[in-house]
Amino acid sequence: MAPRTIAPFGPQHPVLPEPIQLKITYEDEKVVDVLPAIGYGHRGIEKACELNEYPKNIYLCERICGICSCIHGITYCEVVERLWPVEIPPRAKFLRTIWSEMSRTHSHLLWLGLLADAFGFESMFMQFWRIREKVLDLLEMTAGQRVTQSISVIGGVRRDLNGEQKKKCIEVLKEVRKESEALIGVLANDYTVKARTVGKGVLSKDQAIALGCAGPTLRASGVCEDCRMQKYQAYGDLEFEPIVETAGDSYARAVVRARETLQAIDLQLEALGKLPAGDINVSVKGNPPANEAIFRSEQPRGEVFYYAKGNGTRNLERLRVRTPTYANIPSLLVMLPGCELADVPIIALSIDPCISCTER
Amino acid sequence: MGIIHTSRIKSPWIIHFDNSSCNGCDIEALACLTPLYDVERFGIVNMGNPKHADVLVITGPVNYRTARVLKNLYAQIPDPKMVIAVGTCACSGGVFHNCYNILGGVDKVVPVDVYVPGCAARPEAIIDGVVLALQKLAQAQGVAK
Repeated sequence: MAPRTIAPFGPQHPVLPEPIQLKITYEDEKVVDVLPAIGYGHRGIEKACELNEYPKNIYLCERICGICSCIHGITYCEVVERLWPVEIPPRAKFLRTIWSEMSRTHSHLLWLGLLADAFGFESMFMQFWRIREKVLDLLEMTAGQRVTQSISVIGGVRRDLNGEQKKKCIEVLKEVRKESEALIGVLANDYTVKARTVGKGVLSKDQAIALGCAGPTLRASGVCEDCRMQKYQAYGDLEFEPIVETAGDSYARAVVRARETLQAIDLQLEALGKLPAGDINVSVKGNPPANEAIFRSEQPRGEVFYYAKGNGTRNLERLRVRTPTYANIPSLLVMLPGCELADVPIIALSIDPCISCTER
Repeated sequence: MGIIHTSRIKSPWIIHFDNSSCNGCDIEALACLTPLYDVERFGIVNMGNPKHADVLVITGPVNYRTARVLKNLYAQIPDPKMVIAVGTCACSGGVFHNCYNILGGVDKVVPVDVYVPGCAARPEAIIDGVVLALQKLAQAQGVAK
């Protein structure tokens, strides 16, 4: 029997820009055991939210994660609006949906690029990130910032879309859709991509349910579960059908995200077409009453859960956030043992880990 | 002035370390390497190994757990080295300055040469920061850029 070796994967690793450590025990290139060590990204945002006033927390919550920042800010506003409760105007609901889907598009394109980088397909990484820059330009034009948009306020949104911006959005989104479709065709059919991803890190349907996975990781294992099925914001008025694959391997997870990229663009185009006229926010004054509220929304990585408790003062009594990667990390413990050491980066990346979300 | 001194300034290799950042600056630092900004045309290459790197790019505030990792990483980079703190959090702690697990800016743990503010720091600002760091390195070595 070959001797066992323990190799650290992280906290500084070229594949994963974020600090997480996986202690990998291997025997002859075969992984035997994996032990994740987390805590490198912990800042204490939940506690910090109790010290700030309600409107200031939007900016803090957006900085839980810089990739899905837009949806974090929107979800925080939604949960705080439920403390009163406040009903926001229909135009604000549509605008929140449009920005959510725009950030999903950029997040998925970013991940597809990182996956290509993980198996050494450098030119595909560059191409995906080139397309992504167009989406970032749209975010900058409509919301004013590339990464942390802060477009949501309690009671609606901060900015409106004018006719010219709407026209430009539709034009660029169609272009992005066409270009990503071509590139996704390469990703889905290329021989080398398939050789590196098909059958790697298989997660069965029962395992995915038992481990409580979320988002594309869950949907790639054949479970039809998506928070957008609750029809919150404008999703009730849009044609939405969750994307499900059944193989449960790294390839299926890549295909789910690739198809979701195109679906997110379609949802944006549909929402832009149906955008109702009216106000973009309602004025909310005073402090919310002593009350509790929850809200779940679908992030690029899966379901994010917010719980808020107010006590009638200007500060929150408690804010609890459960993020999708927290639910997905246990699946690595099932997927990694038995795989080749060289496949570890791809499998670890296939759950789209977001450590700053997980540890806050 | 030998070939090593010249090439260190003409083609610096960078290593990126994420302390406990929100990812915002990380993806902007990565975006610098991709076609729109493309810093590779200046010979800047992102390295995974600290022993190959000249410039350490740090994002995010230092917390109690990453401080040890950061010190270790800094010690592994051969001299002469440059440290760039990217983003408001890396400069001073930013929005997280009063969080219980945060020590503060990167300069609490390792010496910083260039501070790039912004939340998130734009790719243009990061490139500007790298150029400033290289000028500093050239001055320190007595090499005209």
